[in-house]
Amino acid sequence: MARMKFLCDADRCIECNACVTACKNENEVPWGINRRRVITINDGKPGERSISMACMHCMDAPCAAVCPVNCFYTTADAVVLHSKDLCIGCGYCFYACPFGAPQYPKTTNFGTRGKMDKCTYCAGGPKEDNSKAEFESYGANRLAEGKLPLCAEMCSTKALLAGDGAMIETIYKERVMKRGYGSGAWGWKTAYKETISI
Amino acid sequence: MAKFLAALGVVLTLAFGAPVMAQQPASVNPRADSVTEQDLLNALKPGQTVHGRTSILDDRASNLIAPGNKEWREIHQGIMSWIGAFSILGMAGGLLLFYLMRGKIRIAKGPSGQTITRFNSFERFTHWLTASTFLVLAASGLNITFGKFVIQPWLGDAMFGPWSQFAKFAHNYLSFPFMLGVVLMLLIWVRDNIPNGGDIAWFKAGGGLIGDQHPPAARFNGGQKVIFWSVILGGAALTFSGLMLLFPFRWAGLEGLQLSNIVHGIVGMLMIAAMLAHIYIGSVGMEGAFDAMGTGEVDLNWAKEHHSLWVEEEMAKKGGMPAGGKPVAAE
Repeated sequence: MARMKFLCDADRCIECNACVTACKNENEVPWGINRRRVITINDGKPGERSISMACMHCMDAPCAAVCPVNCFYTTADAVVLHSKDLCIGCGYCFYACPFGAPQYPKTTNFGTRGKMDKCTYCAGGPKEDNSKAEFESYGANRLAEGKLPLCAEMCSTKALLAGDGAMIETIYKERVMKRGYGSGAWGWKTAYKETISI
Repeated sequence: MAKFLAALGVVLTLAFGAPVMAQQPASVNPRADSVTEQDLLNALKPGQTVHGRTSILDDRASNLIAPGNKEWREIHQGIMSWIGAFSILGMAGGLLLFYLMRGKIRIAKGPSGQTITRFNSFERFTHWLTASTFLVLAASGLNITFGKFVIQPWLGDAMFGPWSQFAKFAHNYLSFPFMLGVVLMLLIWVRDNIPNGGDIAWFKAGGGLIGDQHPPAARFNGGQKVIFWSVILGGAALTFSGLMLLFPFRWAGLEGLQLSNIVHGIVGMLMIAAMLAHIYIGSVGMEGAFDAMGTGEVDLNWAKEHHSLWVEEEMAKKGGMPAGGKPVAAE
């Protein structure tokens, strides 16, 4: 089985936010929830770079470690998913996540924040693949249809890559070799404890 | 004609002149001054994040990578759980050992049949308001920390999810009557709980736990004062950290919430351990003690043994008659 990863080639990202829009549309994400976002480092200064960031589907995921109800699980494709039937909206995963991936439909914890929502790598959740129930709770399950996450598929500059980690690493390395520079595989070191040497 | 020549001149200038005017370097290296992830990670100091600007109107969303969050994970999954497990199991084990060695502490002279009012109804209401909410808060708090190791395996996911959701609701809402109870306790009992020299003597004498003699004590003895102040100070710490967590990002940022969680967890666990001892000595551990918070009327002999100074004071007030005392028929 593949080890799915995201890689955002910041030297190609033009901050068009199409990935964000694609994600919201494909998964019908409620207002206020951002499964993916684009962050610009050194905005307006020479050498600024934009990076599209979502859940990195970490190895040894911190969210899963701190979850008090064990609602997280890792699929055979190494995608980190969670069960909204179990989630109690405590917010611990947000405290632990290095990427700010977990989102909550309500801003206050008094009563509840609501069930946590995050990037599913377009792989749905613990319901029957592509069922109505799965879509309503978790969004699209493109992986079950043999497709990759829509954010990466729609990226106009092919900055955002999704797929098997080894394969997108090869693509990125080839790019770096050819053009002679690369700002790095953002988040990989934190998520997978190793990054792509450039 | 002149107009045409002028126009031609402009066109020619644009066509051939412009490139010469806007001369650029032969090659541009876009990597010059470009940020790299490794440089940014290397430059991070503890507590800092790699952050930038995002179009989302939420400052938290502009954090790209926060590697420091793993420290909270390590504390939360490590030392916090261990402190909780050791203090609670240690206290429970210690109490069991104490019970096996010492047994139930009896009233040395036996019950007198005469009673004296120890706590009025408002005091008892305050105690039980705080105590009953604390029990629910403790159970739901323990569920958050240890439920996934202890309860989830045998309850199963289908039951553990709704149960934990219910427990979390209970924890959030019952925190308010608990806070009220702590405030009321402070108001009604603080004047009897100021530490004084008598407490030192009480502790030196082992509080009557070791041996059979009962060191003199006023309304509250040294041990009860320790319980009182741990409830007040622990309650204050739980209230403060709990309110931070109840209203996330209102008063505290992510680091503040992580710290609040650590304080809330550790203080909560220590409070549970302290309350185990309190519950023990107030129920199975000592004959006659439960009446104080049950009916509010304690046996006079019990009161004389455990709170000799207080009984003297009460007797003086009532002119020799025990307060609330019922006359006993002469044998």
